[in-house]
Amino acid sequence: MSNLPGDLKYAATHEWARLDDDGLVTVGITDHAQEALGDLVFVETPELDSQVQAGEGCAVVESVKAASDIYAPVAGVIVDSNSRLQDEPELVNSDPYGDGWIMRIRPEEEDDIERLMTADDYEQMLAEEDED
Amino acid sequence: MRNDPLIFEQGRPGRRAAAQAPGDFPVGAGIPDRFLRAGPARLPEVSELQVVRHYTRLSQKNFSIDTQFYPLGSCTMKYNPRGCNRLAMLPGFLDRHPWAPDSVSQGVMSCLHDLQEMLAEVTGMAGVSLTPMAGAQGEFAGVAMIRAYHLARGDEARNEILVPDAAHGTNPATAVMCGYKVREIPTDRDGDVDLEALKQALGPQTAGIMLTNPSTLGVFERRITEMAELVHKAGGLLYYDGANLNAILGKARPGDMGFDVIHMNLHKTFSTPHGGGGPGSGAIGVSKRLLPHMPVPVVAREGEAYRWLTERDLPQTIGRLSAFMGNTGVVLRAYVYARMLGREGMGRVADFATLNANYLMCRLRAEGFQVWFPQRRASHEFIISLKQEAKELGATAMDFAKRLLDYGYHAPTAYFPLLVPECLLIEPTETETREELDGFVEAMVCIRDEARRDPDYLKQAPYTLPVRRLDEVRAAKELDLKWLPGTPALKEQE
Repeated sequence: MSNLPGDLKYAATHEWARLDDDGLVTVGITDHAQEALGDLVFVETPELDSQVQAGEGCAVVESVKAASDIYAPVAGVIVDSNSRLQDEPELVNSDPYGDGWIMRIRPEEEDDIERLMTADDYEQMLAEEDED
Repeated sequence: MRNDPLIFEQGRPGRRAAAQAPGDFPVGAGIPDRFLRAGPARLPEVSELQVVRHYTRLSQKNFSIDTQFYPLGSCTMKYNPRGCNRLAMLPGFLDRHPWAPDSVSQGVMSCLHDLQEMLAEVTGMAGVSLTPMAGAQGEFAGVAMIRAYHLARGDEARNEILVPDAAHGTNPATAVMCGYKVREIPTDRDGDVDLEALKQALGPQTAGIMLTNPSTLGVFERRITEMAELVHKAGGLLYYDGANLNAILGKARPGDMGFDVIHMNLHKTFSTPHGGGGPGSGAIGVSKRLLPHMPVPVVAREGEAYRWLTERDLPQTIGRLSAFMGNTGVVLRAYVYARMLGREGMGRVADFATLNANYLMCRLRAEGFQVWFPQRRASHEFIISLKQEAKELGATAMDFAKRLLDYGYHAPTAYFPLLVPECLLIEPTETETREELDGFVEAMVCIRDEARRDPDYLKQAPYTLPVRRLDEVRAAKELDLKWLPGTPALKEQE
């Protein structure tokens, strides 16, 4: 079973989100997502200062198998992106919840993140998908 | 396996092969001095025998439809009958200059005109333009026409193209190239477009929808007329990605389903050369309302004479996509193919493409492979998922794909569509025999047995090809596409 930290929130589209002390939301993709994608060869990080809606595609990860959109889990403004991923997209594979983070968003509403799934909900969703 | 050096690396200074310059074209005739070379071109300096051996050996390394079964899903790698090549290379076609006036081009123009008519008839469209030089250009032309149509009506607020998530990756790319935003529509559990989600997404911002039918999931979109009604009611147009046209040729017509524009990959459905750079041909067909926007030139028949329709005849055209008339040589091959088939033959293409796919699907299912939509009849292609094999044996779709090469089969499309885990998308086409299909099933069973005995064995495959398992990550990250004199030779593969 893939690794699912309990202190994170999860989107159905396989992003994780964490509300930090500075009020910003850090976003990445889940361990399950990186494993399904396989070795990443390219990450297109989002444009800084751009306004995003929840569920809007704003970054792209590309692996040897596929290119896949990353959706903003909450609405807000992109204030930071992980520049290390330019040269080291493999960080998303090796450390999806740490050095492989993708972007940080200043959320319009701080409690927007509460709409997302808990680790348990997300795990349940993965298990159901697996049964299909 | 020997690793042949590049032709440049085989050269030695001063080594030459003799060739007779054509007598009817004096060297340098009429070319201003400033455009002439100062020194000889940097060509490989090799003997004739070296050239012959080099290219013969390279051709022997090719995996091609002429040598192997090539069930690459959504690509329709069917046999290209030799007769099409032979007739398209008649001297009258080959030697015609693209600037030749209409009066001496009536023959080729009549062929192009008849092909336009045949394609319009078999797709149920009002008009056809043969100018797009590849599938991607055909797609571009299609969406550019949708855009031109809305703008010509002053309908400028439409900025969104809907694309189902099972679509070809080129569809969203095309929409973006044409200046549109893309909105994805999900698929329901049976492989149809989610109609409720479509209703939600439609609105005054909808320029159109791009659809493949049968879809890349290998099933026919059953509620297509209902979808067409919904999209049209919202003011949008329907674009048909013709990649899977082989499945319905002569049986059902996109025009009757309500589509406004279709691109046809002549290099798929109409059997022109395909793969390895083509050249392709992405003819487009349009409904009445898009006729004024077709790319030019188009051939028109007036009485007994043919003439080119240009910007003068179609002032609202999206313009030209090539300097002359597309890939005429390729289009001529499609013309011969269409004439050889005739109306009945086109229907037989779909009959046997579908029969072969369903036969192969049933045989693989009987051998215990997981068919992804067991409740649906396959169209001309189908999906199996190797999820179980990956989980239980550690043998992934990629491992099977690579090992198939050792068995003499080109791998099916792997990991596409993205919606299905560990999938192979298999399209046998109508030109394969039953024995060939049986051989493929046998290979799949053997590979699974190998995986059961020794899961690691497949990880190293292929074993018998000139190039072994590639480092795909490195290949994607460190692109190395050009060679310059002095570049060190390729390292022998481990």
